[in-house]
Amino acid sequence: MPERALGGVRVLEYAQFAAGPYCAKLLADLGAEVVKVEKPGAGDEARNRGPFLNDVPHLEWSGLFLYLNTNKLGITLNPEAATGTEVFKELVRGVDILIEDKPPQLMKELGLDYQALEAANPRLVMTSITPFGQTGYYAEYKAYCLNSYHSGLLGYLSPRNSPNLDREPIKAGGLVGEYSCGLNAALATLAALYSQRATGSGQHVDVSKQESLISLQRVFAAFYPNQGINPTRLAQATGMGGVMRCQDGYISVNFVEDHQWQAVVRLMGNPGWAQDERYKDIAFRAAHWEEIEPMISEWMLSHTREEIHRWTQESCPSGPVMSAEEVVNSAQAKARGFFTNIDHPAAGMAKYPTAPYIFSETPWAVDRSAPLLGEHNEQIYCGRLGHTRQDLVRMRQAGII
Amino acid sequence: MDRAALAGVRIADFAWAWAGAHAGTLLAFLGAEVIKIESLIRPDFSRTRSLTTGQKFEGLDQSAVFNDINLGKLSVRINLGHPRGLELAKAIVQISDVVTQNWRPGAMELFGLGYKDLSEVKPDIIYLSSSAQGMTGPEGRSLGLAPDFAAIGGLSYITGYADGPPTELAGEIDLLSAYTSAFAILAALNYRQQSGYGQHIDTSSSEAISVLIGEVLMDYTMNGRVQCRQGNRDEFMAPHNCYRCRGEDKWVSIAVGSDEEWRAFTNAIGNPEWTEYPSFSDAHSRWRNQQQLDKLVEDWTLARSHYEVMEILQQAGVAAVPSFNSQELYSDPHLKERRFWQEIEHPIIGRQTVAGPPWKLSATPARVYRHGPLLGEHNEYVFGELLGLPSDEIVRLVEEKIIY
Repeated sequence: MPERALGGVRVLEYAQFAAGPYCAKLLADLGAEVVKVEKPGAGDEARNRGPFLNDVPHLEWSGLFLYLNTNKLGITLNPEAATGTEVFKELVRGVDILIEDKPPQLMKELGLDYQALEAANPRLVMTSITPFGQTGYYAEYKAYCLNSYHSGLLGYLSPRNSPNLDREPIKAGGLVGEYSCGLNAALATLAALYSQRATGSGQHVDVSKQESLISLQRVFAAFYPNQGINPTRLAQATGMGGVMRCQDGYISVNFVEDHQWQAVVRLMGNPGWAQDERYKDIAFRAAHWEEIEPMISEWMLSHTREEIHRWTQESCPSGPVMSAEEVVNSAQAKARGFFTNIDHPAAGMAKYPTAPYIFSETPWAVDRSAPLLGEHNEQIYCGRLGHTRQDLVRMRQAGII
Repeated sequence: MDRAALAGVRIADFAWAWAGAHAGTLLAFLGAEVIKIESLIRPDFSRTRSLTTGQKFEGLDQSAVFNDINLGKLSVRINLGHPRGLELAKAIVQISDVVTQNWRPGAMELFGLGYKDLSEVKPDIIYLSSSAQGMTGPEGRSLGLAPDFAAIGGLSYITGYADGPPTELAGEIDLLSAYTSAFAILAALNYRQQSGYGQHIDTSSSEAISVLIGEVLMDYTMNGRVQCRQGNRDEFMAPHNCYRCRGEDKWVSIAVGSDEEWRAFTNAIGNPEWTEYPSFSDAHSRWRNQQQLDKLVEDWTLARSHYEVMEILQQAGVAAVPSFNSQELYSDPHLKERRFWQEIEHPIIGRQTVAGPPWKLSATPARVYRHGPLLGEHNEYVFGELLGLPSDEIVRLVEEKIIY
């Protein structure tokens, strides 16, 4: 059996919905042992969000939860009860990494802030993922996916290429903002782990969703202080193409270099208007985009995405706008094994996206499907922490697990 | 000075543009020494122009975009078309831990700089290849830029107004690919730290987007449903939108996630009569009637600034945050308190304000160590100090235009 990149790394996850769980999933899928702590009874919020298998709401049938929690062990615990806090600390003593997403003040009140946990485990890497970070004026402010997306400039700039500012700025589809923050947090967590293994000491990693998202548009974000310009979602022609309508949908085609523009001109059949030498200059094209665009569109509309993609790829970057169905069924996804079937005891067999990287020595792999609510209570509490089965019954009666 | 998380890690960076290049910068923030290997034949195009605005830069060292995307790196300039130049590049790899590249799949191999070639030079090298759709499969040699990754990855299709076209997405798409690559490199570094083995990593920039819409893809694989565009709307929550506020193009995002938050919201806005309408009495009716609800909420927000709305509603425990623009983020008290913005002196373009690293590490703080490098700025350090070439040989290499 091949080795796992993060084999032997122990992680405790006290997080829900998308950002924190995605961060922990990234580690779990590369071989870390992740124990996920869920609220007794209700579990992770994601269990109550769709898409549900067959559109039937059920704690074990949420596609969001199933996807974000592959390869994890699941236990229930209420750290807000006094015994729960103690048990939580016992769990923290045995791990390298804690990933959490609670309001900073709450963790402090529970005695589960970094200072308290560092005393329990000096090697601990504690990653906190919150809307605005651990400090600062907004540290306790609430934000859902929508709010975070707009807090970090990405919303204000979207939808790109708006004809005017009459309509509201929007978030990206799905929960992309949340996942992105999880990815950013996972990156920092692994840097802290690397350092922990080199020096023996852990640390607190403070991840603000707002800062994570601003950083993804860092060039536009710094426009105002550097140039006095406030970028907006208004259309701004760059002369290099973009997402355009064609016969069977939309396709993105980009022509930046001269030879790329000339390739497009050839594909269009060398029309007379395109012979004007000045069009070779991207800046000139940008300035005259309103005249050029309809002519390119006319050609695009008479061809399919597949044709345009195949033809332009000789010299130009391009990509058809694909729906979920097309992403799942694409020949490229099949060839790379980008989707895999995972069997889950309650939800059955389904196709899941895997990972965007292929490691030559330590492959991404699924060892287990997402945990049922409290599935590993006995394994962790009895097997790992040494509680008796009677203890479990008592803790359950007390609403702690 | 504190120890850096990645102290002692060196990266030979052949990557360019945004998606490839910024991975090295993220690792530089964490303390890795990143040596960007550049050539005159094909300078990094963000040195010459901005693809987001079309702006062109005069020389090769005048680009604020290049500076921002490549903060903290060093640069050498080698003629890779010359056998001795190639040797020098390999010598840098020999003293590095990681190689990053995002040339068109196959191009590095043509130069003799593929994973196989370089793992002969440095057996435990971690070699990251980043490309539009990965290096294998029928699209394995595909050319792509950010809007293409978002299109192929499935995100453009679901982003936009319900009655509008799919949205072109750019900057953040490239950088998400960079974050993905940096994460993968760190996983490989952790593995090498334990095992001593390097490896090759093949990252697909389009898949890097697809994994971020997992539940959308699973709605199709589980239920056969193809999700479409829906603006700011949510599957369950209402109100859940951006509402116009006082001023020009000022908006606040408000999301109400439970009955408790709905009551907090109606109290905070003074319980106007409409909040008692039966059509808004439970979460589902609010969701069904959200168009009408949105208008009424906006009547309230329109009379206030977006900051005011945030303060009023946050005090009541309701999630409300302005749709911030660049100017607001720069002057925002919260980000100031967190010292998010940093200033860096660039020898040619002068003082620049840049976004600081997007994490606060308590023991090994991440930093913006230096400005984005001038082309070939560190030839002397790298060839002289690191590789130990005598100065007369460096002079000769410059004369022969092998390094410049």
